[in-house]
Amino acid sequence: MSTLTHTHEPAPSAGTTMANRASCAVPHPATTHVQLGHGSGGKMSAALVNEHILPRLGNSVLDRLADAAVLEPLASGTRLAVTTDGFVVNPLRFPGGSIGHLAVHGTLNDLAMMGARPLAITLGLIIEEGLAFEVLDAVLDDIAASATAAGIRVVAGDTKVVERGSADGLFITTTGLGAVSEHFAPRADAVRAGDVLIVSDPIARHGMAIMTAREDLGLGNAIESDTAHLGPLVERLREAVGEHVHAMRDPTRGGVASTVNELAQASKVGVELEERLLPIPADVRGACELLGLDPLFVANEGVLCLFVAPEAAVRALAALRTHPLGAHATIIGRAVAEHAGLVVLRTGIGGRRVVDMLPGEQLPRIC
Amino acid sequence: MLRVPGSDCDLQAIRARGGNVRVVYSPLDALELAKNNPEKQVVFFAVGFETTAPANAMSVWEAHRRSISNFSLLVSHVTVPPAMEAILSAPESRVQGFLAAGHVCTVMGYTEYEPIATKWQVPIVVTGFEPVDLLEGILMCVTQLEEGRHEVENQYARVVTRSGTVPARTLVEQVFEVGDRKWRGIGTIPMSGLRLRPEFADYDAEIRFGLSDIVAEEPKECRAGDVLTGQIKPTACPMFGTVCTPSTPLGAPMVSGEGACAAYWQYGHGRLEGTSMTSGAQ
Repeated sequence: MSTLTHTHEPAPSAGTTMANRASCAVPHPATTHVQLGHGSGGKMSAALVNEHILPRLGNSVLDRLADAAVLEPLASGTRLAVTTDGFVVNPLRFPGGSIGHLAVHGTLNDLAMMGARPLAITLGLIIEEGLAFEVLDAVLDDIAASATAAGIRVVAGDTKVVERGSADGLFITTTGLGAVSEHFAPRADAVRAGDVLIVSDPIARHGMAIMTAREDLGLGNAIESDTAHLGPLVERLREAVGEHVHAMRDPTRGGVASTVNELAQASKVGVELEERLLPIPADVRGACELLGLDPLFVANEGVLCLFVAPEAAVRALAALRTHPLGAHATIIGRAVAEHAGLVVLRTGIGGRRVVDMLPGEQLPRIC
Repeated sequence: MLRVPGSDCDLQAIRARGGNVRVVYSPLDALELAKNNPEKQVVFFAVGFETTAPANAMSVWEAHRRSISNFSLLVSHVTVPPAMEAILSAPESRVQGFLAAGHVCTVMGYTEYEPIATKWQVPIVVTGFEPVDLLEGILMCVTQLEEGRHEVENQYARVVTRSGTVPARTLVEQVFEVGDRKWRGIGTIPMSGLRLRPEFADYDAEIRFGLSDIVAEEPKECRAGDVLTGQIKPTACPMFGTVCTPSTPLGAPMVSGEGACAAYWQYGHGRLEGTSMTSGAQ
């Protein structure tokens, strides 16, 4: 169940309310001011990028909107990949990880999705006045541990401190630099009808770890985030079936549904998902039902989502399953020639429904 | 609620412009917000059918008991039986039977439906929400029609009893009273809403902030009312899937996944015609 409150400043009046109403613009308010939905990873996020950023900053590299940009080859022949990502999670620490783990894993995973081996990362910290050093140090320790585990170093950084209330504890930005492997170039627009859709691990765990920590649902055992560096898993895949992997993404914000929609639209193919094949842990499913959320739209931070040529699907699964992060890899659907650009879910009872990108924030149901 | 279009914008837009709008999972969370922010007025938007009424009643009861005076409800509760009567009494009504919502009946039981089934000679089946529940509810309804019966039957007996959840009903009756209510897309249905009883008027945001004369304008081209009363299918509305989509809803049935228009959109009407479901992934 959900509802909402509207808190006014002291001594509000009908006039205040009317003033708010009158200040709204027509025809659609989402076009005049940034809303939270613009950060959802769904249609509004796409509009933010396509209508505001690309018209002003677009170029042949940025326009690809890949997880990481692959630059022109250097004189040595090396091709560099670069990506940047911001992290604003609340709470800063949650079951299974912290904003520090996310800040390293998220950026390294963006490099890995382009088949790039990480070289180094940079770190930007925006710190709210009043943050306990104990909290900051713990996050920095997590960053160090994640970077060390991935065999990379933080080689540059920046710190800013803002007044209390101007940030939510700690915001982090990381930029990752990587070297692209030859002969392995998954692309968002390379999915073909017949390709098999695989996820490397059960889905929706990160988002539900955050949601349940935030809502304090009092569930028995806490759901743990899946935050992880996917590079080693991608390496296994590349070695086994590299040339057959047509597209690959880590379905973070917006979940599997948003990622698969992006790939279907970029590749101009339809996708069929099988509801009964979706790997959703029982505790995650239960929490999603309680909060009225669809696990297909809930964020992951350690899951790989890939389209692979059908003849290589069994080998891809086997390769993924040799690594702990891919031990539960499974097929969840496939690309089809019909309904290009649409993702369709075959439901458990044999019906089918369209799985659209989120129109805005994923909102809980009313009852 | 955040995305339901108002006269000229929605609550998301209000929030983007600096309004302090929060989503909470329970009205009691809103009460805690009020307690922790005594310098602010916290208004909880109490919407929904009988299902949500007990928790909302509890928040007012608790606010009163704990003397939390900066908390109030903006009440827009509606009740099911008067709406069923309104649909059936419309001259153009084509409704032959009802699946009564299982969660509403979990609270209220189903004695209120018995006179409706008798008076209008329609089968009413209290039905749960899982796919198999719905299929069984439809089967029970069709069976009644084929056999010429018009009774209230309970498919959702694992949860619903005839008298409902008595403590919840009692609390609702102590805090709320029945009154006329304007339904979006339909108009006013007599005695179809709940409002706070006079003894809880201090917690009524409509009174506290003088809001009773605000009238929300609805888009004229939206045929949500005809959809809600079973007059047309969503796809018969010229706005469906063109002007009106889940990203740009004109009426409430397109906003949440449970709305009739959003369901038609989600299940592919107008988008998947001419395509067939091929064999599964494995």
